[in-house]
Amino acid sequence: MVRIEAPETQGARLRKLAAGMIVGAAALGSVAAANAQERTKFEFWYGLPGQLGEVVDKHCELFNASQDKYEATCVGQGSYGKAEQNAIAAYRSNQSPTIVQIFDAGTVNFMLSGAIYPANQFAKDFGLTVDWADFFPGIASYFATSKGEMWSFPYNSSTAVFYWNKDQWAKIGKTKAPETWAELGSDLKALKEAGVECGFAFDFDTWLNLEQFAAINGIPFASLDNGYGGLGAELLINKAPFVEHMSLFKSWLDAGYAKIQTPQVGKTVVQAFADGSCASTHYSIALHGTVKSTQVAGLNWDVAMLPVLEAGKRANSIVGGASLWIMQGKSQAEYEAAAAFLKYVTAADTGQKFLSENTGYIPATKSGYDLLKSQGFYNDPARLNRDIAIASLSVAEPTALTRGIRLGNFTSIRAELRAELEAAFTGQKDMQTALNDAVDRANAILRRYEQTYQGAPLP
Amino acid sequence: MEKRVTFSNTWLAVALILPQILLVFVFFYWPAGEALYWAFTLERAFGGGNQWVGLYNFTSVLSDPKYLASVRVSMLFAVCATTLSLGIALLLALFVDRRLAGYQVYKFTFFLPYALAAPAVGLAFRFIFAPDAGFFSAINDFFPGLWNPAFDGTDALVLIIIAQAWSMVGYNFIFFLAGLQSIPRSISEAGAMDGAGVLRRMWDLQLPLITPTLFFLIVINVTDSFVNSFGIVDITTGGGPARATDLMVYKIYNDGFQGKDYSLAAAQSIVLMLLIVALTFIQFRFVERRVHYS
Repeated sequence: MVRIEAPETQGARLRKLAAGMIVGAAALGSVAAANAQERTKFEFWYGLPGQLGEVVDKHCELFNASQDKYEATCVGQGSYGKAEQNAIAAYRSNQSPTIVQIFDAGTVNFMLSGAIYPANQFAKDFGLTVDWADFFPGIASYFATSKGEMWSFPYNSSTAVFYWNKDQWAKIGKTKAPETWAELGSDLKALKEAGVECGFAFDFDTWLNLEQFAAINGIPFASLDNGYGGLGAELLINKAPFVEHMSLFKSWLDAGYAKIQTPQVGKTVVQAFADGSCASTHYSIALHGTVKSTQVAGLNWDVAMLPVLEAGKRANSIVGGASLWIMQGKSQAEYEAAAAFLKYVTAADTGQKFLSENTGYIPATKSGYDLLKSQGFYNDPARLNRDIAIASLSVAEPTALTRGIRLGNFTSIRAELRAELEAAFTGQKDMQTALNDAVDRANAILRRYEQTYQGAPLP
Repeated sequence: MEKRVTFSNTWLAVALILPQILLVFVFFYWPAGEALYWAFTLERAFGGGNQWVGLYNFTSVLSDPKYLASVRVSMLFAVCATTLSLGIALLLALFVDRRLAGYQVYKFTFFLPYALAAPAVGLAFRFIFAPDAGFFSAINDFFPGLWNPAFDGTDALVLIIIAQAWSMVGYNFIFFLAGLQSIPRSISEAGAMDGAGVLRRMWDLQLPLITPTLFFLIVINVTDSFVNSFGIVDITTGGGPARATDLMVYKIYNDGFQGKDYSLAAAQSIVLMLLIVALTFIQFRFVERRVHYS
């Protein structure tokens, strides 16, 4: 999951719109020319905005230039949410693209939609040789069905890591990132005493604060194996570990060790870390490149795995990002073209390497990672330790509690949790009450979803 | 006896009206009908599994305390933004009408904010009023912690009210100015000869004579703050903190487009529509009585 700041999104959206109009006009004009070449065309919609969206667009161009039989028409939708909305609207009016990029939280909608061509079946039908076991289990399990079948192709993958300022930590005589949250707490205290104004920046994001925390420490986020067992799941985030963890954050806030950074405050956590005003934060590895390119000169920083509750007891973190879904009801020729495209953009060299070079995302397969390692990719000082994310995702074989979270209307649930965290951190409610309320509201959403999808078994 | 203009050629009349009717049907009645149907069913995101649930969506909406809070905030927002915007616009118009030095420049510049899209306004206001880095953060140097829309719900509401009022001032100003300039000069001059001062003339002559304009603007502003505030809220506060600025239209967007719960969003749209119809009705029934059309 990547959040891009609104100014970029807005600007990018406008630029995209303008570009889209020009491209649209140009496309109309060049229909005759294209027909002469007889390339099979198909549409691919992606959600990544801004600079990351430009990278996806470039990926399409490279595919189109790599062969002369197929042509991918790639359309940016401006955001993950828009990509899902528009794909649904397009499906309802029989205009859907052949391939669409859908983010983690949209997975369950697509699984239940009946509108998609499951990836494993598609690969079989169109002669795509995919070694599904080659995907890192921590990535594959998030997008797989409860039986472990892959219905979509993991594309851009990330996970959360701990960003820390080495110079600030040197002030308290430490050269290693804290391993547990308790250790971070004492480090923050020491940092404060050493005159560091803001030791840790965080926001109200549930993916970072609650979802990753649940997985890494092997604590259930929801019943029925985090929802993989069926739509009857209930949230469990009002249990002691979550309440204590969030109360710890609150105590840091109150003691002046940590600061909340959101666009509304004036700076996001990433901006606050990159300009050196906060000594650490936790965020997606996808912004590793962005921090490098926007940091103040001389900022001496590194990434580490997120802290855990108990040293030595670490489970895998969960993946963020998006996967590629194939939609139903397209022609044989279009599917053949789509198969060639999927092969190209998921391959180790033409796919994952390209994405890793141009963004902070990590390769999704072991062979992709091996390829990058063998070429010394992660020895580049700008990318040093970026593969800590892979280590974090593959600390251990994923269990029922760490393979992912599969809840209906997860977008609304995240919004409810976020609103309650806001209430707790701004002092309107105590943490336990806030999380109780969050669970009540989330469960009501889950029951609605269950009723809406009555009789549709969760694959 | 009332004069009537009638078409003797019915077919021509129908042909002339048809495009308009068709537009209204396609862009209003059809979607509204669809929304009405969805509001009584549970609609799946991709379709294909629609079940009739009667009033279930409405009962879940109306029994939700967060929704009722959203209605309350929306009303407060509409009243405050409308009052503020109309007040400022009227003041500006009265002064421009008095032809103070440079009034031609004001005439043009006061209208400019209306030309900005709501998200652009939201973005500008978010920067200006950001508690840490914004221009307005200077206030916190004198009174620490006084202004913080990121954490304080009241401040956040004040922020979006100012943004909405600001974006509507230009529009209101133009209407007020037009209204004021249509008042014959002789009336003002007669008042002046009778010894009425500037303020007395504004209060007793000009204001009563522009009540039709005022009434029209109240209706437009209230409706606008209910349905067009989305862009400002989305960029400025995102509905937060802790739902303090979760206006009805923003909640519809979140539940429908983000959460893909079309039925819940449809039920909320129906409630919003009824509310706006009711408010407009009240305005016409009770406020319009005090309006004097010349």
